[in-house]
Amino acid sequence: MQAALIALITGLVYVLHQDFWFWRTARPLVFGFLPIGLFYHAAYTVAISAFMWLLVRRAWPSHLEEANERQHVSHARGAGIEGVPASARAGGSGGAKPPGKK
Amino acid sequence: MIPALVVFGYLGVVLGIGLFAGRGRQGDAEDYFLAGRTIGPAVFLLSLFGTNMTAFSILGASGHAFANGIVTYGLMASSSALVIPLGLFFIGTRLWALGKRHGFMTPVQMFRDRWECGHIGTVIFAVQAVLLVPYIVIAVMGGGTTLAAVSGGMVPFWLGGAVVSLVVMGYVFFGGMRGTAWVNSFQTILFLSFGTIAVIVIARGMGGFSSAMESLLAAPATAPLLTRERVSPLYFLSYTFIPLSSLAFPHIGIFCLTAKRLSHFKRTVILYPICMLAIWLPSVFLGLAANRAVDLPAIQAKVEARATLAAQGPSLPPEQRAALRAKASGDDVILKLVEGYAPLWLASLLGAAVMAAVMASDSQILALSTMFTEDVFAFYGGAARFGPSVQVQTGRIFVVLLTVVAYSIAMTAPQSIFDIASQYAFAGYSALSPLLVAALFWKKSTKWGALAVAVWTAAAVAGVAVLQTMVAAPPPGEAITVWAVGGVDVIARIAAGTTVLGFLPVVPMTLVSVLLMVVVSQATAGSRPAPATLARYEV
Repeated sequence: MQAALIALITGLVYVLHQDFWFWRTARPLVFGFLPIGLFYHAAYTVAISAFMWLLVRRAWPSHLEEANERQHVSHARGAGIEGVPASARAGGSGGAKPPGKK
Repeated sequence: MIPALVVFGYLGVVLGIGLFAGRGRQGDAEDYFLAGRTIGPAVFLLSLFGTNMTAFSILGASGHAFANGIVTYGLMASSSALVIPLGLFFIGTRLWALGKRHGFMTPVQMFRDRWECGHIGTVIFAVQAVLLVPYIVIAVMGGGTTLAAVSGGMVPFWLGGAVVSLVVMGYVFFGGMRGTAWVNSFQTILFLSFGTIAVIVIARGMGGFSSAMESLLAAPATAPLLTRERVSPLYFLSYTFIPLSSLAFPHIGIFCLTAKRLSHFKRTVILYPICMLAIWLPSVFLGLAANRAVDLPAIQAKVEARATLAAQGPSLPPEQRAALRAKASGDDVILKLVEGYAPLWLASLLGAAVMAAVMASDSQILALSTMFTEDVFAFYGGAARFGPSVQVQTGRIFVVLLTVVAYSIAMTAPQSIFDIASQYAFAGYSALSPLLVAALFWKKSTKWGALAVAVWTAAAVAGVAVLQTMVAAPPPGEAITVWAVGGVDVIARIAAGTTVLGFLPVVPMTLVSVLLMVVVSQATAGSRPAPATLARYEV
């Protein structure tokens, strides 16, 4: 439900970027000098920041950090991931090995 | 001479910051290339933002607005202000978590692990590397041009380029990611401070902006600059695809891995749009207002050249048209405004701010070095054979070699080639963005789907570059049909580039990438990774 709402609001914000209603007009000049089309997009940028604040407040993926902390505990106990520490699975300092170089 | 001294002082400061950041560190690869994954929240925000800002943010934005008006902000700033924070929220955080958990240091390492592939990862590395090099070359050229300009020609282009290259190489070589992040933070503070001060000082010099805007509206030639009537909605929509490139840039992906905690993304996601506003609104507005600064001879000459081009453009020989275009170019209007209206101290600070912008290649150099040492040197056995300290030394040698190669190219090749290359590198990276989304969110994706996306991107970027080289740009407002079907222009050459069914090439390039990832992955379902591999990506 929350994911659908986020997708809906994101889609709406994306559509609001296409402000065809101010396409061909410069007036009013906001504060006496800012054409309305430019003012709209400046205000739109501030609104995006507010939307991001809402996303962070309501839908922050804190499970990503919690999952990593649990993983660190299991590493500290010597379990590794699938029994293989990340550094050993890594081709470099992390990642996979080329075929035939296991 | 004083602005040149201030710029040299600035170069000394950034070199000092880089050297200070690099002293007394552990010296392992994770510490050098990722600052030990310990970047704090303020440096993470300022540096990530600074990494995304290039010379275009100050000079190019105002130059584009000088010629095209307020549409510049909607095309480039507000679209990025939406797409980039969303990308950091959904993709950057996941990338950080997987990097921390599995020890990844580059996106290619994750692709190799996620899709259980080896050499396909090398193909992706090669495409990413080729698309990144033009930025580094352009930064050397920008450094040479800027130092020559602020010194009044006393520092020649070759020497300016060499000085800037050496300074960037110095702090990347010694400071690694930590030095680069600190320097980027310092540079971002400089950008952010400059915009507001410049607007206030230039407004006073021009006698207020209200009368300037009224004058622009009163003249038929300039009134459209205050609207978007010269741009089609499809063209405007196309630009919302460009910021997808930011998510696929390896230097941004690698930077996402440096945060100490996931919560450091919060402030960056929320404040990124405000930082965009603080830099782009003054740049765009000053570029627009410059059209009324005809009391400055340099700007008057640009306005006259543009008027001649509009009136007689089609009847002029190509060489004369190109000369007029160069004369009308607005890339230095903000410099001219400050020279004309600001005191010497501000002009000097501007020189430093511009230098900060053109030196944005540091992150790309470090990213390429990280990619080479991790995705090639270590992957093909170098780290295992020679040890971690040799791996870091290899990275440093790569930084030096890359700088020397970029400098050599910058001194011999015409800039126009690299302008085109960097222009289409954005489209190329946007077309690569489905790789990240598929790796992180789509279990059914396969390595063959990833290969199809990488090959398609390389072919499409090369195709567009060849097309633009072979078919010369028509005068502004006109279009040359390259391919039509049933009377409908499918591919057309316009003054600003190429369109496909009215869209910029980035739109079909990205959509075809998505299609290829889906179709090829479904067709090669037997190559899906093992359940144990997929389980590692369930976060």
